[in-house]
Amino acid sequence: MDGTAILPPAAALLLAPLLLGVINRTKAFFAGRRGRPLLQLYFDLFKLLRKGATYSRTTTWVFRAGPIVGLAAVLAALVLVPLGAVGAPLAFGGDLLVFAYLLCLMRFFTVLAALDTGSSFEGMGASREVLFAALAEPALFLGLAAVAHQSGSLSLSAMIAAIDPATWVSRGPALGLVATALGIVLLAENSRLPVDDPETHLELTMIHEVMVLDYGGPDLAFVLYGAALKLWVLAALLVGLIVPVRTGRPLLDAAAGLAGMLSAAVAIGAVESSRARLRLVRVPKLLVGAMALSALALVLVLR
Amino acid sequence: MSDGAVMEPILVVLLVTDFLLLGSSRFRTCIKLVSVQGVALGILPALLHGAENSVRAWLLAGGSIVLKGVVFPWLLLRILREAQVRREAQPFVGHSLSILLGVGVLIFSLWVGSTLVLPATAELDTSLLVSAGLATLLIGLFLTISRRTALSQVLGYIVVENGIYTFGVVLVGGVPALVELGVLMDAFVAVFIMSIAAYHISREFEHINVDQLDRLKG
Repeated sequence: MDGTAILPPAAALLLAPLLLGVINRTKAFFAGRRGRPLLQLYFDLFKLLRKGATYSRTTTWVFRAGPIVGLAAVLAALVLVPLGAVGAPLAFGGDLLVFAYLLCLMRFFTVLAALDTGSSFEGMGASREVLFAALAEPALFLGLAAVAHQSGSLSLSAMIAAIDPATWVSRGPALGLVATALGIVLLAENSRLPVDDPETHLELTMIHEVMVLDYGGPDLAFVLYGAALKLWVLAALLVGLIVPVRTGRPLLDAAAGLAGMLSAAVAIGAVESSRARLRLVRVPKLLVGAMALSALALVLVLR
Repeated sequence: MSDGAVMEPILVVLLVTDFLLLGSSRFRTCIKLVSVQGVALGILPALLHGAENSVRAWLLAGGSIVLKGVVFPWLLLRILREAQVRREAQPFVGHSLSILLGVGVLIFSLWVGSTLVLPATAELDTSLLVSAGLATLLIGLFLTISRRTALSQVLGYIVVENGIYTFGVVLVGGVPALVELGVLMDAFVAVFIMSIAAYHISREFEHINVDQLDRLKG
């Protein structure tokens, strides 16, 4: 392992909240507003960390463990995800399964903690989160399987590093399908707009936000930071796929990866500004559609 | 550029529009998707066989693009406007389940495509072509039986026709132009007549739900 492998996780830890700032500024630009400061989430996190926490008497240790386990899981997932051609510190065959299930562990504890409060609203959010996650998982796995078969490796770092411009020329349609499917999974998993509206606090329509209503102080900071990191890791996968800059010089590759991440944030903001939120009954259709695209990509690669 | 490099994107467009058709409920969207599918398929034979038989291939391509990309959508959009039907197709099978079935059909077609041996496959890697054609054919049949309104059945018929056309591309070197033109003409007449029938059904019964057409109206 060389020193450059520390770049992807370090960049994620430092810049993940900035990604959300860029998304918000893009949305503000489309709406004709100036928007909140780019670094707003950093300010929020510092403010929340200095506060104390209040816990309801009906909750148990599960509720308190939720944000901590969630943040720990996504931090563990972070060391598996490369940034463009720059490999991750930890890479082994099959780490894409570990990656996917660490994100599942995070969600599992968020859901358990939401159920632990005994609030009916949080229960509703938990049920929706689990339903959509179950539908998004096949799309993610079939898409990753297609890329894995294409590159002949089951490790995320090797998989992403094997994609270069030549692969895009020879396998363009399949990679494009996988990128589309992963993009939909990215939006669904991070509760972005066509699936869930991160801005609203109307309980009837919320998914992720409603599950974390009862947190405050450092716990809320953990939840927010964890969500930002989750957005970063999934976006990093997508950027690794669609930005095939493989110069062989780590710093240059990392710069291309970072530029890709920022453009991904702008793209997410643009998608969120141009789409209305789907009705809840339509969301499964979108996710099943993503699964169909992944399946088609896998078929094209396997042939 | 090799045949495969030309063929794959077009077949992907074909299959993606199939899935979108299974998943979309608005007629207007469905009609546009079918026309996109028709145009993509129209280009296919001209690109594949362009070098050896250019004039005929391009004529066929032009004919099918004009027919499927312009005439059919125009006819169908006109009925949609004049028949005052509901804007959404009412399927018997839910959209998500339809898409899942579509994936099943795709896998089945792939298996058939890899086992089927066709006479003209020597110079062309056609296993994907055959699979995509078969999948489109089956998805078209499914669209025909799973939707409630007469207009969806016309759309399903066009998708079936597109599937058969994809099959035909494999053999286009061997089929006389007259037969090809005849098939296009048949499709045109069929869509034309079905459109008129759908219009008359809607005027007579104030709906075009075919599941209510099993009783005689006194």
